[in-house]
Amino acid sequence: MSDSSLVQIKGLRDGLLVTLGDAAWMIAQEALINRIEQQPSFFQGARLALDVGNQVLKSAELSALRDSLSEKGITLWAILSNSPTTESTAQILGLATRIHKARPAEAPVAKSVDHDAALWIDRTLRSGVRIEHPGHVVVVGDVNPGAEVIAGGSVIIWGRLRGVVHAGAQGNREATVCALDMSPTQLRIAGEIAVAPARQGPPKPEVVHLKNGRLQAEPWNPG
Amino acid sequence: MTGKVITITSGKGGVGKTTTVANLAVALAADGKKVVCIDGDIGLRNLDVVMGLENRIVYDIVDIVEGRCKTRQAMIRDKRLPELFLIPAAQTRDKNAVSPSDMVRLCDELRPDVDWILIDSPAGIERGFRNAIAAADKVLIVTNPEMSAVRDADRVVGLLEAEEKNAPSLIVNRLNPSMVKRGDMLSVDDVYDLLRIDVIGIVPEDENVIVASNKGVPLTIEARSKAGLAFRNIARRLNGEQVPFLELESQGLWERLARLAGRK
Ligand SMILES: Nc1ncnc2c1ncn2[C@@H]1O[C@H](COP(=O)(O)OP(=O)(O)OP(=O)(O)O)[C@@H](O)[C@H]1O
Ligand SMILES: [Mg+2]
Repeated sequence: MSDSSLVQIKGLRDGLLVTLGDAAWMIAQEALINRIEQQPSFFQGARLALDVGNQVLKSAELSALRDSLSEKGITLWAILSNSPTTESTAQILGLATRIHKARPAEAPVAKSVDHDAALWIDRTLRSGVRIEHPGHVVVVGDVNPGAEVIAGGSVIIWGRLRGVVHAGAQGNREATVCALDMSPTQLRIAGEIAVAPARQGPPKPEVVHLKNGRLQAEPWNPG
Repeated sequence: MTGKVITITSGKGGVGKTTTVANLAVALAADGKKVVCIDGDIGLRNLDVVMGLENRIVYDIVDIVEGRCKTRQAMIRDKRLPELFLIPAAQTRDKNAVSPSDMVRLCDELRPDVDWILIDSPAGIERGFRNAIAAADKVLIVTNPEMSAVRDADRVVGLLEAEEKNAPSLIVNRLNPSMVKRGDMLSVDDVYDLLRIDVIGIVPEDENVIVASNKGVPLTIEARSKAGLAFRNIARRLNGEQVPFLELESQGLWERLARLAGRK
């Protein structure tokens, strides 16, 4: 297979979009680097968005690629992927995962959420991280101030919620948010917003849902 | 010898990274260890000024990387401590003159001959930060007991976790115990509660720090200053010693810190 079928390049308004085929990651990556080395002056100083298709990538792999691109004077700023794992890896590394901002609040039609499509994150989300996922999101860890979770479905946090969560982001008013310690900077479900009052007393698990158009917290008693 | 590479970083600027590098370096070297400091803040170098070595710079890290000198030619020996060296940053070159793999190569070259390599990181999370952490065996994050600094520290912890680096340790610098007592400053507990990483040092606010860095004499050399003692204790902890935290005037704090230390 020639490099050109593995690596496709398109110009964007503010950089390049490179699409890698679904070959094994080592091969796809090597094809990209080869391609760059053939035309170093074309790539020098470029901002690169990379479409990695169905590749499932770990953070070590993505950050190694970013470093080797950066040594060639190329800034990797976005990863486009069909794999939620790869998307969340990229988001945790601070990379964008879409190149055009979603059109603002157009037709907030309630979509039913595929219950199998939950994104599982077993780490604390720290300041500066933004996780976006069309389905449900489960975080086993804290969501710190300065971190954001935006989910099409519900959000469960097995830990402390102190950042921002937006559940039902595409308009699903049935979405809920649960946390062991509910002290968010801001909480949204569908189009409604609440700023939580400072917690009184020891933390307790709570679930927040929309009732009569307002966000309401109740004790979280799973089952 | 296999030198250990320690990178000192913070996210937010001006919290005391350079001060920490200079003082830890002196404390480790005074203990008879061979120490090389690398100033990773290219374009804004100032570790040389804090260490009082500015007037002896001939070559810098960019000269090493670009092959204009041998590594040892760019290592400036300290005036007082013969086992302490500095590799200065370039003053004039742009940040991209050094890459993460250059740093890895440089540290690999130094490792066999030294005990400690301390890297001073620039503020931020851009290229200079990536250079500084590329070769690190251990990262120390400096923060001040102040929300914006803690947020930035949290961000750096997140980036290190994403890169699957070893767990970093925390230095809380410029703590003012009487302000904490009045409730006007975050306590070490508050900071720990958010970051949840091992606390390796607590350094009080101390005007001697400013006096010393203006003179180009790291404080650690002067026995009497509280901050100097705190830095020496961090150096001992890096060497694997169990050293209790300083009692910083306000009573009660010590107990909480002891609890905190036991928690890791
Ligand atoms: N414990 C302390 N007590 C009093 N002053 C301090 C203390 N630690 C640092 N300072 C002062 O704070 C200022 C900033 O310190 P320093 O230059 O070490 O920070 P930095 O993190 O390296 O900054 P930059 O991000 O600009 O590189 C200096 O003037 C220093 O003397
Ligand atoms: Mg500095």
